[in-house]
Amino acid sequence: MALATNQTERTAATTESVVVRYVLTGFALVFLTLFLFVPLVSVFWEALAKGWDLYLAALTDPEAVNAIKLTLITALIAVPLNLVFGVAAAWAIARFEFRGKALLTTLIDLPFSISPVVAGLIYVLLFGAQGWLGPWLAEHDIKIIFAIPGIVLATVFVTFPFVARELIPLMQAQGADEEQAALVLGASGWQTFWRVTLPNIKWGLLYGVILCNARAMGEFGAVSVVSGHIRGQTNTVPLHVEILYNEYNFIGAFACASLLAGLALVTLALKTFVEWRATQQHKGDAVPLEARARLASAH
Amino acid sequence: MNLFNKKHSVLPGFGLGLGYTLFWLCLIVLLPLLALVLKSSELGWQGFWETVSTDRVIASLKLSFGASLVAALINALFGFLVAWVLVRYSFPGKRFVDALVDLPFALPTAVAGIALTTLYAPNGWFGQYLEPLGIKVAFTPIGIMVALTFIGLPFVVRTVQPVLQDLEAELEEAATCLGANRWQIFQRVIFPATLPALLTGFTLALARATGEFGSVIFIAGNIPMVSEITPLLIIGKLEQYDYLGATAIAVVMLMISFVMLLLINGIQWWAGRRHGIR
Repeated sequence: MALATNQTERTAATTESVVVRYVLTGFALVFLTLFLFVPLVSVFWEALAKGWDLYLAALTDPEAVNAIKLTLITALIAVPLNLVFGVAAAWAIARFEFRGKALLTTLIDLPFSISPVVAGLIYVLLFGAQGWLGPWLAEHDIKIIFAIPGIVLATVFVTFPFVARELIPLMQAQGADEEQAALVLGASGWQTFWRVTLPNIKWGLLYGVILCNARAMGEFGAVSVVSGHIRGQTNTVPLHVEILYNEYNFIGAFACASLLAGLALVTLALKTFVEWRATQQHKGDAVPLEARARLASAH
Repeated sequence: MNLFNKKHSVLPGFGLGLGYTLFWLCLIVLLPLLALVLKSSELGWQGFWETVSTDRVIASLKLSFGASLVAALINALFGFLVAWVLVRYSFPGKRFVDALVDLPFALPTAVAGIALTTLYAPNGWFGQYLEPLGIKVAFTPIGIMVALTFIGLPFVVRTVQPVLQDLEAELEEAATCLGANRWQIFQRVIFPATLPALLTGFTLALARATGEFGSVIFIAGNIPMVSEITPLLIIGKLEQYDYLGATAIAVVMLMISFVMLLLINGIQWWAGRRHGIR
């Protein structure tokens, strides 16, 4: 019903005068232009300031290529790990009642409220040369800090809640009726999961994965603490951007940054598409709006 | 399973789901955080206090918290305005603008950092006009506020937007019939209904801003005592291999995170209860 009232034209009794509407819209758009749009455009502008040749040269630089590879590897490991975790957590939390559920939900969200730098630090304290497990790791010649495993761990930490927090409200809103019906009709647990649950949550799942991936590829603070900034080896794209920028190689820095900005734009486009598909799938019932409201309030 | 006092359900997979959730949560989040707290206890109270009460740490905490507060206030004001305009008015390009609001969530913080720094540097697109007016943004605390406003913007918009969307037009119609003007309706009907969402968005933006690192370090200039944020102090200590010092400051930041988290939960509990009474 709430949806319907907002889609109908507002009457004079429930809206403001034309002048007020124009002024407010104007203020909002100017603010968004100055704070969001211009910074976004400036990334591409600066990257292409000296022409396409230098732009492409900066992107095909071996160190940049290595950084891109490492970023892709990190996301390829971290995102599936959190995907499996997110589904397991949503299944337990949205489908069962148990003591301590509220606490568990809060703990899952915890990594969002912890500074990325602190997130990096905790792994240094565990696995670093002077850390708890440091001597043992050194003895067995395993490198975690200043190496790829540390980068992956830090990335998993900062992207930990993404998939779970998209799925929990969605699955709670959908209820367990369909799964119960499948079980009563003789499907096994896994059959029910693959044939009933997964198709129902696919858009929410995709939404979570898209956001998780964007953060995984773009994380800076946490990864910066554990990476050691070894050029060509443990530099992800965001770290490479920092190094180039601090060396006053602005074309190189903004060229790599434009890749990440492009990734952000693709993320936003996909996200908008998935939101649209999710409302199409559930057109007529209130689930997506309610789920969206809860998602938004959880962000 | 009795441990969790699970209610009976025909669905399978509770043990597997919860078991894996707890395993992964402990492995990635809880045990490493425990290690942090244990490490800081090596300092003892005296040492801990001496580390975190130095002038430089206090100045950085004041700056981190103060700049975050200003940024969250700006976000509360403009975030509310943006949500209002997006829900209530129509204008060309609205869908594009709506999608763009999430940009700070999607754009890596380092990219935001270098873009804002370049814009507000004395010879940048914005800086060249602000400089003659005597306003220095880049490499000052004002720059930190600008960066924190950028990264916190979507929080308020995305918490307030669905609430405004769900607000029933009948309430406003009734208020109009009873003789209220638009401003009164906004003050007495619309604003109170959106206040919990606004507070939640404000606190989320504040929490995110106090821990933010990537977007700030480029624009801050990082002058000790003036524009040095707390997360950067941790990095500084780590680079000098002062692991205990870094840990002590990290514990302070962790405590701030917990307070924010409690605040957010408190606001939601309060809003839920208020909603229940109505």
